[in-house]
Amino acid sequence: MPEIPSMWPALPEIYVCAMGCLILCVDLFVSKQARTVIYWLSQVALLGAAALTLSLLMTPAGMTFSGMFVHDSLSNVIKLATYLIVFFVFVYSRDYIRERGMFRGEYFVLGLFGVVGMMIMASASHFLTLYLGLELLALSLYAMVAFQRDSAQATEAAMKYFVLGAISSGILLYGMSILYGLTGTLDIADVRQAVARMEADDVVLIFSLVFVIVGIAFKLGAVPFHMWVPDVYHGAPTSVTLYIGTAPKIAGFALVMRLLVGGLEDLAVSWQDMLTILAVLSMAVGNVIAIAQTNIKRMLAYSSISHMGFFFLGVVNATPNGYSSALFYVLVYAVMSLGTFGMVILLSRSGFEAERLDDFKGLNQRSPWYAFLMLLLMFSMAGVPPTIGFYAKLLVIQSVIEVGMIWLAILAVLFAVIGVYYYIRVVKLMYFDDAEDNTPIGASLDMRVLIGVNGLVLLLAMPWVGTIIDVCGRAVAGIY
Amino acid sequence: MFAEHLLSVCIWLPIVGGIVVLATGGDQNATAARYLGLIFTIATFIVTLLLYADFNPHTAAMQFVENRPWIDAFSIRYHLGIDGISVLLILLTSFCTVLVVIAGWSVIQKKVGQYLAAFLIMEGLMIGVFSALDAILFYVFWESTLIPMFVIIGLWGGPNRVYATIKFFLYTFLGSVLMLVAFIYLYYQADRTFDIATFHQVQLGENAQILIFLALLAAFAVKVPMWPVHTWLPDAHTEAPTGGSVILAAILLKMGAYGFLRFSLPIVPDASHQLAGFMIALSLIAVVYIGLVTLMQDDMKKLIAYSSIAHMGFVTLGFFIFNTQGIEGGIIQMISHGFISGALFLCVGVLYDRLHSREIKDYGGVANRMPVFASFMMLFALANTGLPGTSGFVGEFLVILGSYQVNVWYAVLAATTLVLGAAYTLWMYKRVIFGAVVKDSVAALEDVTPREILFLGLLAIAVLAMGLWPFPFLEVMHVSVDHLLEQVATKKVI
Repeated sequence: MPEIPSMWPALPEIYVCAMGCLILCVDLFVSKQARTVIYWLSQVALLGAAALTLSLLMTPAGMTFSGMFVHDSLSNVIKLATYLIVFFVFVYSRDYIRERGMFRGEYFVLGLFGVVGMMIMASASHFLTLYLGLELLALSLYAMVAFQRDSAQATEAAMKYFVLGAISSGILLYGMSILYGLTGTLDIADVRQAVARMEADDVVLIFSLVFVIVGIAFKLGAVPFHMWVPDVYHGAPTSVTLYIGTAPKIAGFALVMRLLVGGLEDLAVSWQDMLTILAVLSMAVGNVIAIAQTNIKRMLAYSSISHMGFFFLGVVNATPNGYSSALFYVLVYAVMSLGTFGMVILLSRSGFEAERLDDFKGLNQRSPWYAFLMLLLMFSMAGVPPTIGFYAKLLVIQSVIEVGMIWLAILAVLFAVIGVYYYIRVVKLMYFDDAEDNTPIGASLDMRVLIGVNGLVLLLAMPWVGTIIDVCGRAVAGIY
Repeated sequence: MFAEHLLSVCIWLPIVGGIVVLATGGDQNATAARYLGLIFTIATFIVTLLLYADFNPHTAAMQFVENRPWIDAFSIRYHLGIDGISVLLILLTSFCTVLVVIAGWSVIQKKVGQYLAAFLIMEGLMIGVFSALDAILFYVFWESTLIPMFVIIGLWGGPNRVYATIKFFLYTFLGSVLMLVAFIYLYYQADRTFDIATFHQVQLGENAQILIFLALLAAFAVKVPMWPVHTWLPDAHTEAPTGGSVILAAILLKMGAYGFLRFSLPIVPDASHQLAGFMIALSLIAVVYIGLVTLMQDDMKKLIAYSSIAHMGFVTLGFFIFNTQGIEGGIIQMISHGFISGALFLCVGVLYDRLHSREIKDYGGVANRMPVFASFMMLFALANTGLPGTSGFVGEFLVILGSYQVNVWYAVLAATTLVLGAAYTLWMYKRVIFGAVVKDSVAALEDVTPREILFLGLLAIAVLAMGLWPFPFLEVMHVSVDHLLEQVATKKVI
């Protein structure tokens, strides 16, 4: 009789899942006015999960469920970051979705199930677990994008997202199945051992690797697999764009780490070249096309593509230094993206979406404080010191120089300069142009406080950058 | 205890001051913001004077060193210290910022708090640039200065300010990123440290040296600016508010020249020698060609901007002839140009505040209405042409003397500046100040106010003091310059 697996390492996942179900039930019984309780329950779910994960920090790393689920420093760091980001996302979204009639229990339940998906991805040590987490996240996101069912734009975005997402999942799954055929196992550690015994230039092995990389590139939105990103970012309600543009990027890092580093690191020579191409194309296309955008959500979509290019710079050199730089990059990116979409939500109000770049005109006249926060966010995205975005770029660039790819570093900094243009254009609109619309900017107290924290942390985290880098380094070291 | 943190105080006091000024809120508290700004800049100036008073000119070692860990994973440290070269630039910075605050006192009427805060934060960051001894810390300060300057030009500048400020930002940012790549390369060559003193020791191959030199050149040449990457400067200078132009000309440009001394010459001495001819050629083109371009300007601010490029050509010329006179002359020229160009921009500001025009043709006969102003401007114009007895003379004379030892033709070409400089400055002066009053607007001019006399007078004292008695300035830097020359003379090729 098989032994009952230890449930402890998976307790946070089980808890969030249970809370999701509980909220679904509670939602049936609360009146429309009392629905705020759903919001609070969701936040409690996230806080509880954080407490559970924190308590697990002390326990030694280990596997459970017959080696399908791993609990290590990487999974803990990614989960904690995810809770924090989604907590902010819910705060920023609350009033926005209420004003647009989307304040329903399902919204938060889908958000929480998305979180579970990301947690499973972070803890996967088996191709099936990984795929399960990925699909749970993706299905939640498809539904969230389509949440405004009367909006033609959102529905179209959801369709595109769903079709392309399904294709990419298929591609990834196909790659995994070829690997299974070659190695006879789906367990990541076993795959690694099996691959180590094979020739590194085995054609079938490379063939499967290509599919895996394409799947990852699709999910992260790297060029040339980025087509869905601008449409989805643009079409989805801003609160959902906020969700898609932040936490799933961190989970994407887990995907890269578990698949490429955990399973296929012996093929690094092959995937390094592929990722280099993806990185250069993403930085080039993302930064150049972003300049032509007039819609801030589309601009941020292209910006996210270029940031994924920078993120890949950390991965291409296949060293622990590079991986921890990439983790730092993606964490910083998630915080910046959170703040920026938060600002878009802040400027929107009932019946008005602050989607055009021109809606940021004269923000300094309307509110010097919010303009300053947006200035920090934009300079941080651009990687201008002293904001934390600079350290993120510094780290990934030093990691490629460490392995001697100076040409790649030079390309990266040049694309970063191109990127500066569209970020400072936003600053220009806010500071140097006159406001077209002088409606006061109202927001709830918690949103005002959190967005202030979100913006200022980009500047004030400076003395503790070293500590954050150490945490990233330790998280990545856990995978070995 | 206090001495250990003196440099940190110099950097953070104005930055904190900037935040305090911002906290005064909107323009209803403009007066409070002005007084707070003044108090903080004067306090910073006093602290930097303490720095100067305690400075020991007999050692080339870094002084007032503060060294604590910051980002351990990459051994990036919060490492500050100054030598005889940087102490002068720090003094210049804190002095000019006080003047800028006084000069903007009643001129700036919108968003006063933000204006003063931008300048205060800028001051702290610039002092940081001159005192950082860790390459990444230096880079952080260096690039951070772009943000307040971007806002200063864009918010309070002239009609074409948005174009000018975006050009300024992108141009200088593009120059600097290659420097970052060079720093990271050096980090791995220097066994994982960003310590600048260690960079000075590290052995480098010939090709590596040349590439590093070019990467650093991209950053410094844009900032100085050297011909042919100077095109951002006339736009930025012309469109910036008076205070912005003063800070740009007096200090920001010096950051580039300082970079050559702190990084290029000691880190890649062999490449510096190899490419010295190229650098001298660029410098001489700046002196002669830009001197001619200056003659043709109709806009007073543009004229001074071009004249700044020509004068900075002298500075780089002095650095790349590798002798004591050259380098000391270059540094003196940096300080002196800070005073003179700042003063000239303030003079144009005085006129602009009255007539709202920078065009030379809108003036004429100003001396009849503003005699006191005309005499001040006379002094600064003559200083700009390098009249003996003013600070402009000392630097130019030393550089010409130094270049004569290397090659007579360098000296001859450099000396054309005495003719060209006199031509463009005095011609402008003649057209603006002398002649009969033809225009009604000029006839209505009022002479300088006590506030204007205050800042022009302070600068006049500085210009004359440095011209008549340059010894204290030379004494402070002498040992450090000798040390630098030793470093440049050491071969580092493996």
